[in-house]
Amino acid sequence: MMIYADNAATTKMSPAAVSAMLPYMSELYGNPSSLYAFGQRAKKALEDARGRIAGCLGCDPRELTFTSGGSEADNQAIRSAAKLGARKGKRHIVSTAFEHHAVLHTLKSLEREEDFAITLLDVHENGLVTPEQVKKAIRPDTCLVTVMYANNEIGTVQPIAEIGAVCRDMEVLFHTDAVQAAGHLPINVQVQNIDLLSISAHKFHGPKGIGALYARRGVALCSLIEGGSQERGLRAGTENIPAVMGMAAALEEACGQLEENAVKVSALRDKLIAGLSEIPHSVLNGDPVKRLPGNANFCFEGIEGESLLLLLDDKGICASSGSACTSGSLDPSHVLLAIGRPHEIAHGSLRLTINEETTEAEVGYLMEAVRDAVSRLRSMSPVWRDLEGGKLPHII
Amino acid sequence: MALYSEKVMDHFRNPRNVGTMKDADGVGEVGNAKCGDIMKIYLKIREGIIQDVKFETFGCGSAIASSSIATEMIKGKPVEEAMALTNQAVAEALDGLPAHKLHCSVLAEEAIKAALKDYYDRHGIAYAPARFPDCAHCEGCGR
Repeated sequence: MMIYADNAATTKMSPAAVSAMLPYMSELYGNPSSLYAFGQRAKKALEDARGRIAGCLGCDPRELTFTSGGSEADNQAIRSAAKLGARKGKRHIVSTAFEHHAVLHTLKSLEREEDFAITLLDVHENGLVTPEQVKKAIRPDTCLVTVMYANNEIGTVQPIAEIGAVCRDMEVLFHTDAVQAAGHLPINVQVQNIDLLSISAHKFHGPKGIGALYARRGVALCSLIEGGSQERGLRAGTENIPAVMGMAAALEEACGQLEENAVKVSALRDKLIAGLSEIPHSVLNGDPVKRLPGNANFCFEGIEGESLLLLLDDKGICASSGSACTSGSLDPSHVLLAIGRPHEIAHGSLRLTINEETTEAEVGYLMEAVRDAVSRLRSMSPVWRDLEGGKLPHII
Repeated sequence: MALYSEKVMDHFRNPRNVGTMKDADGVGEVGNAKCGDIMKIYLKIREGIIQDVKFETFGCGSAIASSSIATEMIKGKPVEEAMALTNQAVAEALDGLPAHKLHCSVLAEEAIKAALKDYYDRHGIAYAPARFPDCAHCEGCGR
């Protein structure tokens, strides 16, 4: 038995996405850049898919560029806005402390190598930033605001439309990393005042290695990959047609079921959160309501996250943690630190991300398994002994 | 999980000598909760022989496995032999650790040394301070 509770990491492809891909991996293998009919048939499929994805996002198909995924889309969006800004002498960017590394590392690189000034907004303990914070941080030389739609670790959903309105009002470009949001939360780039938006197919039951960048007409993108005129010269390289077909099918399906899934999954998530909250000295990370339907993220005092994941793996559960041992660095998750969790608490974090296929029985099993694993690890933890013996004060 | 050897997983799943000791002759604690791992070792020593050993660990899978196997490696051994236990020996006994986890075996060595130092101190046994590591070389702890 396996319970997959790591849907923020990746998702299982939907049968619709798989079957949309298959013909383009076998019979319909033409290159869309070829002028004969066989190639043009692929070209037509590509443009048809672009139109369907645009329909899901509320934009014009010509405003969409296919990329290798969310990270590339984030890189391209930020570098393009920076280039446009630099031309006007604007070298300041506003973002938040808990963005994905695809955003943070690109900003770091602009700061280091191209003399940009970066303001990273503090994130409130509830995992949210406000439009007022953004407004305050914008300067006359600000060329871009980039704030994620939903956080990948703690799942908190930012007031994107309101932040977009502030940016529009102050004539600053607004990018949002919507990798965790697409297919799970409503997106309409016009209503939400979004100039640039990144999505990634494998987060909504599409294939890996494909994503898209929306750039509002008039926002000129620069190319990260040179060598061909594909994607109107904005991204060289023969298009990954099978993946694009899979992404279009997956996104249409996810958007079609969005509300129904959100209601169902949030109800299960709330059950999971209620159950895990009963574990003594545990705390939910991020706002309980303004969060992705499938996300439950907890810290448990006195234990370390990697060992928790290993015990859960033994019980067939796939989950994730923000501990240093799983992040591959000495520090625990920058997201948990950004919302004010101390290091020793952040090490004991667990992210469970369920989806519409998760059953009530599985949620029950998850709660039971986490409770057992936490108490097993606590029984051998000197930190827990000191906390319980009164030698250390409980923080949570 | 392919991250760790079967030996590591065995000691993680079934840790040997877990617990505390009321009348320990030496207790050593190393690491830092801020860094994500703490090891505590308790020793019972009679006539220069480690008769019993217990451990408690807060940390990742390899930290728990390293302390577990280290307790097995010194139980019933003369104090001098325990003093000579190296982190390499601990890592080898576990059939290897991933490179970024080697510090867990270092912590195990240091926890045992810290417990032995406590034993020497409590019993007024002279020793060369240089034989015991200080924390200075531990990257990342920032103490």
